[in-house]
Amino acid sequence: MSVDKAGVKGTKNGPIVSPLFTPGHLACPGCGGTLALNRVLNVLGKRTVIALPACCFSIITGAFPHMPLNVNLVHTAFETAAALATGLKAGFEMTGRGDVTVMAWAGDGGTFDIGLQALSGAAERNEDIFFFCYDNEAYMNTGNQRSGATPLGSWTTTTPTGETMDKKDIMGIIAAHHIPYAATASIAHLDDLDAKVKKGEEIKGTKFIHILSACPTGWRMPSDMTIKAARLAVKSRVFPLMEIFNGERRVLNYRPEELTHVRDYLGLQGRFSHLTDGEIEEIQRRVDERWKKLVASVDEVRPADDGIEYI
Amino acid sequence: MKMLMEGNHAVSWGVMLSRVQVLPVYPITPQTHISEALADFVAEGRLDARYIKVESEHSAMAACIGASTANARAFTATSSQGLALMHEMLHWAAGARLPIVMANVNRAIGSPWNIWNDQSDSMSQRDTGWLQFYAEDNQECLDSIILAYMVSEAVLVPSMVVLDAFILSHTQEAVEIPEAGDVDAILPTLANPNAIDIDVPRAYSPVVAPDNFTEVKYKQYRASEDAIKTIEEAGAKFKDAFGRDYPLVSPYMMDDAKAVLVAAGAVTGTVRKAVDALRREGKKAGMLKIRTFRPFPRDRVREVLQGVPNVGVLDKSVFPGAGGPIAQEVRASLYYSGKSNGGTPRVTGFVGGLGGRDITVSDVAHAFETIMKGKGTDDPIFLGLKK
Ligand code: SF4
Repeated sequence: MSVDKAGVKGTKNGPIVSPLFTPGHLACPGCGGTLALNRVLNVLGKRTVIALPACCFSIITGAFPHMPLNVNLVHTAFETAAALATGLKAGFEMTGRGDVTVMAWAGDGGTFDIGLQALSGAAERNEDIFFFCYDNEAYMNTGNQRSGATPLGSWTTTTPTGETMDKKDIMGIIAAHHIPYAATASIAHLDDLDAKVKKGEEIKGTKFIHILSACPTGWRMPSDMTIKAARLAVKSRVFPLMEIFNGERRVLNYRPEELTHVRDYLGLQGRFSHLTDGEIEEIQRRVDERWKKLVASVDEVRPADDGIEYI
Repeated sequence: MKMLMEGNHAVSWGVMLSRVQVLPVYPITPQTHISEALADFVAEGRLDARYIKVESEHSAMAACIGASTANARAFTATSSQGLALMHEMLHWAAGARLPIVMANVNRAIGSPWNIWNDQSDSMSQRDTGWLQFYAEDNQECLDSIILAYMVSEAVLVPSMVVLDAFILSHTQEAVEIPEAGDVDAILPTLANPNAIDIDVPRAYSPVVAPDNFTEVKYKQYRASEDAIKTIEEAGAKFKDAFGRDYPLVSPYMMDDAKAVLVAAGAVTGTVRKAVDALRREGKKAGMLKIRTFRPFPRDRVREVLQGVPNVGVLDKSVFPGAGGPIAQEVRASLYYSGKSNGGTPRVTGFVGGLGGRDITVSDVAHAFETIMKGKGTDDPIFLGLKK
């Protein structure tokens, strides 16, 4: 176990910060998304091209002529991450550069909502691309409006009394496309994230990785709480770490030894501060129910990379 | 080699001869025969391309943008609602300076539903930064695809080749098919300086702040204007290779014409017939065919319409609140010609052929009579309007 208590000092796979994603970018302090992209690029390496729809990273990567990435980055319209990635990959293949890794890096809006149609098309065609969703659970770049990924009860500027719907089951939707590999990952479990990206690298076809990217700005918490919040999301079973192979075989990567109440997770974040005890209990009930179903549906419980501990 | 083929298949042949490498396509009537023929070409191994069955026209253009950014030659085809759905990505492709070529089979656009021909779909996209070429016959459909790649790849501006639904798309004509090697000689492998070099990390279409945005748009504007010259050069090369001439505009019987009708697309054939009939009656009618609508060849139009007392424009689309788009362009082109050449011609707009309504030779003759009598109006006159 090389993740230290704060979970940010380094992992057995190397430094947190990738030479492919340099300092000087424009993310908010403590942004979980930047940590996630750092890790992903560390694994995928230099011959990677990113398809980037409208999202926080349109800004994070800087206005022309600044660019904090040492890989090629293609910005595109909000709906088109998967379609652009499809075209990029086809273009590289047809010009003798089929070894270039093409990845989409989309927020939850560009994945769950406006980007879902193109994602579904690419997944159905089993395009040889990586699709990463860094999920900060709302439209954070435009100032925190709700998305299909916003969890029940969450305050956003368009849910001033709290979100009334459950988060969309994106993994269920993706699984229904029977792509070779889909996984969830967390910025508090970086070795697990690394292992999943590595696993995806070995697979031809569509790889989907859903990363819960805690967002201090939108979640209304201090910037040093990012990792803690992400860790508590996993420990409270709100965000299970899992893998789905070919839409069928399911693996649970982490089973908490002891139950962490959702109160601990929600309590860290200002976006849930208006919730009553009753509402928190209702969220706990739904989390328990989903967890029970998930455990019943998995074929295996094991760490993504054998030998890694997660607590 | 000559073959009997419909306009849609002529387009597909143009695509095959242009050695397109990535084909993201989504079906829509009346474009589908283009995509179907291309699927056959790829399946038969006659065209080495990746054929991508995308889930929407919006994605089709996004995938073309991806492929072109990776330095592959990309093509898609669409019509009407599909073109409208692509609108956002048309801006994106043009702004990124990518030499994508698309065929649009002109079809009316809803509401109400109508699958027949008019030009309101492509005309609605005239300001997206794409070059637009309107074809008169099936030969021109095939040749225009090759010419469009020649021009687009030289000026790094995408091109739309436009053909009238059913009138060309589904009607068979004899088409001369160029030899593949002869096409290769005038259309070499794509080398787009705006494409990704995997070893040189860059950001494509990043955020550009107010201190640079104007300059980017200025360069895009200039490239489109410079395309006028490039279109003529490509046309000359094409004529050398294949003997067929594709100027920006084609005047017909205009030397002594007293009344001239301006038109684009397949209807120019009908106008030519009407001009012939009127000439037989001793009436001095003429036609100006507009082949290149974007960039609009203002200078050429001004030059050839100078001194013509009566000009009419036949539009197959109408923009409520503004009239016909070609009429607007012609008027704008003539605005400065007034003093030096004996008066700006009166320009009367005619609107016809909407939603597949036939435009007959007698409709056109009627339009000529109206302008010959000097009865033009600022408001467009709708041909054959039922009372
Ligand atoms: S709003 Fe959230 S996701 Fe966006 S840059 Fe700031 S911390 Fe990161």
